[in-house]
Amino acid sequence: MTETPIRLTVNGVPRTGQCVVRKLLVDFLREDLALTGTHVGCEHGICGACTVLVNGQAARSCLMLAVQADGAEITTVEGLMQNGALHPLQAAFRRHHGLQCGFCTPGMLLTALDLLRVKPDPTEAEIREGLSAVLCRCTGYHGIVKAVQAAAPELRAAAPWPDRRSP
Amino acid sequence: MKPPRFEYHAAHSVDEAVALLGRYGGDAKVLAGGQSLMPMLNFRLARPAALVDVNRVAALAYVREDDGVVAFGAMTRQRTIEFSPMVAARLPLLREATRWVGHLPIRSRGTIGGSIAHADPSAEYPAVLTALGGEVIVQGPRGRRTVKAADLFEGYLTTSLGPEELLVEVRLPAMPAGAGYAFEEFARRHGDFAIVGIAAMVVRDGARCAVARLATAGTGPVPVRLRAAEEILERDGLGDAAVAAAGARAAELVDPDADVHASAEYRRHLTGVLTVRALKRAIAGATS
Repeated sequence: MTETPIRLTVNGVPRTGQCVVRKLLVDFLREDLALTGTHVGCEHGICGACTVLVNGQAARSCLMLAVQADGAEITTVEGLMQNGALHPLQAAFRRHHGLQCGFCTPGMLLTALDLLRVKPDPTEAEIREGLSAVLCRCTGYHGIVKAVQAAAPELRAAAPWPDRRSP
Repeated sequence: MKPPRFEYHAAHSVDEAVALLGRYGGDAKVLAGGQSLMPMLNFRLARPAALVDVNRVAALAYVREDDGVVAFGAMTRQRTIEFSPMVAARLPLLREATRWVGHLPIRSRGTIGGSIAHADPSAEYPAVLTALGGEVIVQGPRGRRTVKAADLFEGYLTTSLGPEELLVEVRLPAMPAGAGYAFEEFARRHGDFAIVGIAAMVVRDGARCAVARLATAGTGPVPVRLRAAEEILERDGLGDAAVAAAGARAAELVDPDADVHASAEYRRHLTGVLTVRALKRAIAGATS
């Protein structure tokens, strides 16, 4: 099987790789780049555990081929910490018990980050609708919703991150 | 490695994509947003010899208004449509329907052309295309042709496009100013596939109904234009009795299938209920 070279930016760092064309982006991140924070759940776009930011927008990394990410900027959960400190959204998840087993958490964080970018001041109903893109089997969602509610004003006040390009 | 083996081609132009489809003579699949095809590959339900990826065809991503018609390049992302001021102003029914398409991370990748060409009977965009009487432009080895919504959907996941044709543009007539509209859907959870969805538009002329448009998702192998229900409103106006009669007629016009999600009888019932709900909301929002 022929391999194709790819070049992309992951969490601000230029990366290159060789991959067979049928390799999924999530498998490339985990197996080739050793970025195992992104989790593989259902592998058909339902559970949201593998959600990453592709050019700033949340997307399922199980529904993209790695070769399609050639030239793209990817943000994974590993890219959220800043200067060794938890991202404000991560800190809010910890404070509000927004995780138990942690399997869905990377997808929850990146989905919530994208939601807060397009809706910086969401209602609780909008948060619940936005987070319905990711399944959590432990928390009952209440802690996650509270964490996103708590992080929203902090992110509005913070420097634009990761960017504020158009929705 | 979930997907089966395939040859992969990233096309950079429509001509190149069409030539690649021709080379494989029906054994290739077009990879647009991938939000339906990639799950089918991961499950190995689809085993094409090749994928023709059109994500790098920049000329297929646009939204423009053209003499009362809003034209979408096939690769326009659902997310772009959701946030487009032009769509909000000229096709608010499409904007509302877009919010029912999966979730935001799905809409980041999913495209209008992909959704329509995939022809899932429970999908929202085919219902809107059918309700508004839109059309698509397809390009094949013998050039371009236009296919009206009524001639496009042939069955479950099946359109009248040939295997060597590429859907390149979706064209929807801009809604008249003051038109009322609603997209109503019932699904087990927000973002799941519709059990039934109803797209509705009404154009008011005082107490009369100048134009009514109704189409379904999830009520059979293809979207159904509810013309006989529209006629009740256009004849009898927009009062409660006419709306109730249109809802009852709508339920008679569909012939839904039963599956693990819902019985045929339940889907028929929902068709009537959601038609009434959609019409009431559309009428409340319509100005003459």
